[in-house]
Amino acid sequence: MVLTLNGETRELPPGSTLKDVLAILGYDSPRGVAVAVDGNVVPRSLWDGFDLDGGMRVEVLRAVQGG
Amino acid sequence: MMAEKLQIAGRVLVSRMIFGTGGFTSLQTMAECLKLSGAELVTVAMRRVDPGAGGSILEVIDSAGCDVLPNTAGCFTAADAVFTARMAREALETNWIKLEVIGDDKTLLPDGPELIVAAQELVDDGFVVLPYCNDDPILARRLEQVGCAAVMPLGSPIGSGAGIRNPYNIAIIVENSGVPVILDAGIGTASDATVAMELGCDGVLVASSISRAKDPAAMATAMRLAVESGRLAFEAGRIPRKLYAEASSQFHGMADPTAPFDDSGHKAG
Repeated sequence: MVLTLNGETRELPPGSTLKDVLAILGYDSPRGVAVAVDGNVVPRSLWDGFDLDGGMRVEVLRAVQGG
Repeated sequence: MMAEKLQIAGRVLVSRMIFGTGGFTSLQTMAECLKLSGAELVTVAMRRVDPGAGGSILEVIDSAGCDVLPNTAGCFTAADAVFTARMAREALETNWIKLEVIGDDKTLLPDGPELIVAAQELVDDGFVVLPYCNDDPILARRLEQVGCAAVMPLGSPIGSGAGIRNPYNIAIIVENSGVPVILDAGIGTASDATVAMELGCDGVLVASSISRAKDPAAMATAMRLAVESGRLAFEAGRIPRKLYAEASSQFHGMADPTAPFDDSGHKAG
């Protein structure tokens, strides 16, 4: 399936969950990371069972220097 | 003498300086400056970044014993800022947010109407909202009315180092505010921070003036002293400005070496 990950088109295996996506990205320590799907924040506790569908927009943000 | 402590939303802060992390060339320099500054609240922004890129700023903040204050830097609309605040709350497990909604990328000045909309929505959602705002007493009052825990008027545009361009407006905001006033943006050097504190601000946010100084560590120390000094001077109460002199030594009892001598050899009265 194809979805948008941080503004880029990505191909992912069907049935991928949010947790799988984060693992692919290398976020093995999720502290300081937040995820939204289609503009809605997905709480950490729901990542594991959150099934993704093609066409979804996934945003992964983390804390950086600023302000 | 110990100065009074700053309190925001019921939380007592030992330092009146909030430490901005933008502009440091390395996390190591930032860590050193953070320690020297004595600050305990430290800003971060939220961005799409690959894991591991540039090390973890959170580890630096943790090991300094400080708390993170996420911001919504870079947001141009209330909707973007609210979304970013919610992402920050999820990522960092804090409901404190330094709210920034800017009007354009040349001035980076706050967009007042968008700011009020975002502040209201975030307050209703349980956030402790610290809005970066213009040096406008009416906007500051509106932000307090919607429930912000502090107001953060600018001294001058972000990163300009132009100091406090309108000290009169800052004084009016301080006089009328029922919540802490934290001067944000525009601090260029230590005396700017001192002036902010002498005007009665409850704190200052310092970022570029340390991170972009020729010697950031020395400036971090200077800023700590400047903030403490300004606060003490404010609490001590400055003398009024006057047009004419007021002698600091009494005239009574002065010698008069030019007075003429009388016949007995004593000076004439």
